[in-house]
Amino acid sequence: MEGVQLSLISKEKLEKMASMEKLRMILDSVKEGKIVVLESGLTPEEEAKLIEMTMLEIDHENFVGIEVESYPYKESFLSKIFGKKKGRLTVIGPANRLKTLEKKEDLITALVKIGD
Amino acid sequence: MGLLLSLKKKFGFILKLFFKKDKMRIGIYGPPNAGKTTLANRILRDWTGDVMGVESEIPHETRRAKLREGVKIEVDGKSLTIDIVDTPGIATKIDFHDFLKYGMSEEEAKRRAKEATEGVIEAIKWLDDLDGVLLVMDSTEDPYTQVNVTIVGNIEARGLPLLIVANKIDLPNASPARIKSAFPQHTVVPISALKGINIENLYRAMAEKFG
Repeated sequence: MEGVQLSLISKEKLEKMASMEKLRMILDSVKEGKIVVLESGLTPEEEAKLIEMTMLEIDHENFVGIEVESYPYKESFLSKIFGKKKGRLTVIGPANRLKTLEKKEDLITALVKIGD
Repeated sequence: MGLLLSLKKKFGFILKLFFKKDKMRIGIYGPPNAGKTTLANRILRDWTGDVMGVESEIPHETRRAKLREGVKIEVDGKSLTIDIVDTPGIATKIDFHDFLKYGMSEEEAKRRAKEATEGVIEAIKWLDDLDGVLLVMDSTEDPYTQVNVTIVGNIEARGLPLLIVANKIDLPNASPARIKSAFPQHTVVPISALKGINIENLYRAMAEKFG
């Protein structure tokens, strides 16, 4: 059966993982053609690191990069002082399969391409 | 992250009041083709008389960060000396096929794609060595891209002063208001780096934010 595999990863699982472990898992899954949905998203630093790691692994034939979308961060005055910012839901997929159609403050609309 | 770095990020603004630098290192960031090099050239032309790099419609024309030190800006009696870093455009994907549309050979396009990936990494690394950021967005495009969100998030997390430059307002479908509504927590300055429209307001905002 033709299709695209979707991995929905819970906040609990993500919280138990170290940053590099999380990013490696995301990138490996995306390179296998999977779409990854993270319940609690990534921090801004992790997002930048993910882009950096992606750039290191781009090749001309099989992997041209990722499509990544998350909602903007929301933070209160208290969380700004005491807490670390956490992103909200994040969708990541291979750039040749996932295309963002629309993104607003609270809405992401994406198109997933099946097959080549 | 170390405790000291974390404290520096949270209370850096208090430290800055007491230990103000006499020269700020400002990075020009943004997605490819937003007009970063055009803006860098405009600033240099206005204040030093020369230019930073080649402007082009082809994405990823700037593939190595360029640094120009000691640019002195004077506005409304205020003086600001900055080092300017023109960075390569940040992207999450780079496909050499996109460069073929501009008449490049396959070999040339592949080489550009490889250099562009290295440029993105270099741009991200530069974030660690800056005192402030000019984030250039194309005001004819949707501002809600992941690249913009990621850059803004990183600058906020580092506690760096940020000015968003809504560029290309000379074009008919430009909408700086769309950028303002996407990032209401930051100062947005609409300009045309190409035509020099509103550029005085940008210098004023820079003196205010980075001075």
